[in-house]
Amino acid sequence: MKNHNSMIFKKKGPLLLFLVPAFAFLAVYLFYPFVLNIWNSFQDIGGLGQAPAGMNDPWYKNYTDMATDPVMHTAILNTLLIMLCTILFQVGIALVLALMVDGIRVGNQFFRTVYFFPIIISATALGLMFNMVFLYDGGMVNELLHSMGLISKNIDWKDQSHWFFTMTAPVMWQYVGFYFVIIVTGLNNISPDIYEAAEIDGASAMQRIFRIKLPLLHNTLMTCLVLAITGALKVFDLPWTMFPNGIPLNASWLTGTYMYKQTLGGAQNVDYGSAISILIVVLGVVISQVANAIFKEKDY
Amino acid sequence: MTTSPLVKKQRNPVRAALSKIVIYIVLGLWAATTIFPFLWVLGNSFKERKFILSETFAIPTGDMFTTSNYQTAFDRIPIFTAYRNSLVISGAVTVFVIIIAGLCAYGLARYSFKGRRLLHSIVLAAMMFPAFATIIPVYRMEFQWGIANTHSLPLTWLSIILPQVAGNISFAVIVLMGYIRSLPIDLEEAAFLEGYGVTRIFFRIIMPLARPSFATVGIFTFLWSYNDLFTQLFFLRYEKFYSITRLLNMISSQEGTNYGLLCSAVVLVVVPVLIVYILLQKNIVKGLTAGAIKG
Repeated sequence: MKNHNSMIFKKKGPLLLFLVPAFAFLAVYLFYPFVLNIWNSFQDIGGLGQAPAGMNDPWYKNYTDMATDPVMHTAILNTLLIMLCTILFQVGIALVLALMVDGIRVGNQFFRTVYFFPIIISATALGLMFNMVFLYDGGMVNELLHSMGLISKNIDWKDQSHWFFTMTAPVMWQYVGFYFVIIVTGLNNISPDIYEAAEIDGASAMQRIFRIKLPLLHNTLMTCLVLAITGALKVFDLPWTMFPNGIPLNASWLTGTYMYKQTLGGAQNVDYGSAISILIVVLGVVISQVANAIFKEKDY
Repeated sequence: MTTSPLVKKQRNPVRAALSKIVIYIVLGLWAATTIFPFLWVLGNSFKERKFILSETFAIPTGDMFTTSNYQTAFDRIPIFTAYRNSLVISGAVTVFVIIIAGLCAYGLARYSFKGRRLLHSIVLAAMMFPAFATIIPVYRMEFQWGIANTHSLPLTWLSIILPQVAGNISFAVIVLMGYIRSLPIDLEEAAFLEGYGVTRIFFRIIMPLARPSFATVGIFTFLWSYNDLFTQLFFLRYEKFYSITRLLNMISSQEGTNYGLLCSAVVLVVVPVLIVYILLQKNIVKGLTAGAIKG
């Protein structure tokens, strides 16, 4: 690049000032702790502030524990289910909405603004809000269903048979706008020439969606897929506010909330928490690699 | 079919109008799901508890209207202290991230040197680290240094500011780098001939020129820091240090059935964010997609 040949940047001394602060932060607060975390997962650590009491016996004990811990199995299963829902519903709904917005002129900006809004609200506040939305007595959903005559008895949205919907729906709802904005941007980047050509050839609206828009959105949708996979593993605030401590009956644990429970949430098993957090990273890397391999851009 | 494209087009108007209507209904319905719950909470925050349960959709007028929920919120919970803590913490995180990431983005965008590609991939890799995977060692490290879990307010602020800065740097570098690269170099060269040093060029020329992208980075860093309950649960241990989000988490576990108070608390937390959003809405949505996604 010709930029780099400019006289200004011949002297390399100032580069240190530019780069050192940022990389020092990353080294001390991300990379070093990350490695330390792996080491910690082999040791026996009782409390957050306590020194390790030596190695675990055997050193990989936490990993075998995870394999036999039924609550951990629940947490992994729930997290994978949330991931699947994220891909299907968050990205799916966002795609449908984006294709619709792409076809209209009036109100474009309004819908963008409104759809994106929930993302900037703290998930803790949303959790409180949805606690009331799904309240048994006087909650918004129950009252709405009543007034429409769809139910005669209130539904307990947090019981054994409804908790997954009640926990997942708000998470889905919050982030639809995020993927929506990404996909709309992808659609805007499609050159108008292609549409003109399609119009001359007499392509119908449906043909334009399936033959032009979706194939050209391939890379955008790949970005969404990877973001959805890693995003689903980061879900914490909303479930923790609405379903603290795995209610009902240890059913609603996620890998993130269970890691928190082991660390600060009363279980006092810090090294087990470390091991769970490593599993979270491994799941994220492996699943996004697999998704990448499956849906890799084909050469046309 | 044998119909020519032109004929097909003329047959369309009724169908096209119909599909437009369907499109607007669907889009409107989704918009309603994002607006209605907030209005419902806002309405109920001005009602007595018994009306929240019995008249949940009524607009609070006459007998129903009360501001007592807000009085309770201000009397019973240290909401102003929490606002102050949130502003200090998230404000400092934002300033640090903007300066540190800005410098790094400029260095990576303009200089050519050995290892530039490697450093770039390190920044990209840093985006993949979830907070779960670093928080325990970070806490233990800061605890050893004597800044985490203390009773000192400035130290507590510092203990959460530092990890939040680290967590936001890589995203910020990527967005800023994309923008700085797209700036023409002429102005910098002119300034250089005027005798400007390269640091002065950064602060006097690059920062003003790249303001839209610094704005995006600043807004998102602030919001993420303000909303990040997980990190706050670790570092804000005592009530006097609570930020808004941490306080809200406490209210939900302690006052879970005081619905009026809960509604008013949600409103008090959402309103500042809503104001920021409406004022800066263009920067938020456009900036994110321009930088982060193409990056």
